[in-house]
Amino acid sequence: MSNFSKQKLLSPAELCGFIVLALLLFVVLPLSLDDFRLNLVGKYLSYSFVAMGLVLCWGYGGILSLGQGVFFGIGGYCMAMFLKLEASSPENTAIQSTPGIPDFMDWNQLTELPWFWEPFNSLGLSLIAVVLIPGLFAFLIGLAMFKRRVGGVYFAIITQAVAAILTILIVGSQGMTGGINGITDLRTMLGWDIRTDEAKVILYFVCVTFVFLCLLLCQFVLRSKLGRLLVAVRDTEERVRFSGYNVDNFKIFVFTFAAMLSAIGGAMFTLQVGFMSPSFVGIVPSIEMVIFCAVGGRLSLLGAVYGALAVNFAKTTLSEAIPELWLFALGAMFIAVVSIFPNGLMGLYTAYIAPVVNRTLKPVFAAVKQKLPSKQPVSESTTGAE
Amino acid sequence: MSKKDFVLAVEGLTVSFDGFKAVDDFSFYVEEGEIRVIIGPNGAGKTTVLDLICGRTKSTDGSIKFCDKELTKMTEHGIVHAGVGRKFQNPSVYEDLTVFENLELSFPRGRSVFGALGFKRDAEVLKAIQETAEMVFLQDLLGTQATLLSHGQKQWLEIGMLLIQDPSLLMLDEPVAGMSVAERKKTAELLRTITQNRSVIVIEHDMNFVADIADRVTVMHQGKVLSEGSMDHVQTDPKVIEVYLGH
Repeated sequence: MSNFSKQKLLSPAELCGFIVLALLLFVVLPLSLDDFRLNLVGKYLSYSFVAMGLVLCWGYGGILSLGQGVFFGIGGYCMAMFLKLEASSPENTAIQSTPGIPDFMDWNQLTELPWFWEPFNSLGLSLIAVVLIPGLFAFLIGLAMFKRRVGGVYFAIITQAVAAILTILIVGSQGMTGGINGITDLRTMLGWDIRTDEAKVILYFVCVTFVFLCLLLCQFVLRSKLGRLLVAVRDTEERVRFSGYNVDNFKIFVFTFAAMLSAIGGAMFTLQVGFMSPSFVGIVPSIEMVIFCAVGGRLSLLGAVYGALAVNFAKTTLSEAIPELWLFALGAMFIAVVSIFPNGLMGLYTAYIAPVVNRTLKPVFAAVKQKLPSKQPVSESTTGAE
Repeated sequence: MSKKDFVLAVEGLTVSFDGFKAVDDFSFYVEEGEIRVIIGPNGAGKTTVLDLICGRTKSTDGSIKFCDKELTKMTEHGIVHAGVGRKFQNPSVYEDLTVFENLELSFPRGRSVFGALGFKRDAEVLKAIQETAEMVFLQDLLGTQATLLSHGQKQWLEIGMLLIQDPSLLMLDEPVAGMSVAERKKTAELLRTITQNRSVIVIEHDMNFVADIADRVTVMHQGKVLSEGSMDHVQTDPKVIEVYLGH
């Protein structure tokens, strides 16, 4: 019984997983890659936020959203709007017919800044908006859907429709959003030039730090009773209702939480890539995001990071070599994950590699334990992240 | 008799699915501490009555009063909070979680989103889980994943999940279905111990088991009450013999 009273944030195995990933992202990759490639890894990592959210929402909660690009995009646009306003100072835009507004507005004969752009003059408000607006949007979608008991495939289709609608809306109102080109030519953040190689390295480390903060936050949610409730809802929603829980609220929470994570990813993306456009919002990118999560392993937070890295790395490599092959490869990857390894890379790791690692490390652990007799091994009772 | 004496008072309850009345002007009353068994042929509306009481199905007409609360207008989780526990016909447990976690989730605390985030396994929770597990014969299987339990053990686990909520009205839909003879005996014993300070409604087909536990029996047929009374009374009722028990 005493075994059950302990609820550690990380089991020893998970701690090892975190350390390995931290070494890889903080040390190995920065030392072995040039600035250009490191910036690419940073871009890939901004997708890992979305994949993490999907692990919670889809892997644990069983709610498949095919519209995460919406929240990624809104987060990214909020960041881009701030950077664009800073780049559109009257001095920079003196040649326009209306100086001081973003260039695309001037091209579209707008003579003043639309009202909803005003808050994005402030960095503080913009950063709040990055998380809050997508969160609020997801909350409203969740409220409308889950309170009406819309779930499963129907929910997935509706999220996909939302992604399509938002893309059309952005493309259609070119004067206010930059249209199909998106918001480009972002330069500085509070005077600090984000385009230099040095800035990109710093932004990479900021991104990695946020990845770990979000990983720990997700881990906290999964370790709490709420994490086990999500699994319970996925298995037997009815039983959870009749255990006295308002299931709808839990679904709204996890969907909103996942949306906020995606939005952080979107903002990191904008900062590192230097622009935001509707091509990261629509149906195709949203489905790609689900594939990152599926390839990594939808029950593993660390898997989400590896999935985002692996798929995007493959995308870049293949696109550089044989551009027309990428979509076929993506399709093949999805089929392989669904039919051959449904738990993704992390599932493969747990099944084939983890036993070998454990066998090799066992003598090491035993030796450590002998030196630290006070530390009792914890028997894990929950389905862990790995 | 005033209504106050009843834990549950169902009056004129009707539900119609596209014109088909699964439950038709159904009335019955359950007293405090009573074990009531509902029997009847397939399709008589037994499970639907339980669905209506726990809010899974919304009634077309009629009222369900539980301790002076009108259940027909409450949400499912509101009804649970009021003190009604329901066991489903097929054992419905969280297959991917352990026995311990199944019981933990059923413990009546931290039921809001943020309550669940901040939920701590303190001594009170551990004690309640230990006691409940002992009561339902699963104390040695706390760390076992529920999907690995036998059918009978899952039934017990689900009963345990209800017990830990400490409901004042317990509704069990075929609690001994698919159990071996030995398991049935243990379950009958279990039901007798757990019903001491609460009322219980049981749906069951096994007549020996019914005779074993029932205070009173309600026989349903085509959504209506066919007969009601002691086991001896309904067993000799010619109407019941005609439609259900057979000659």
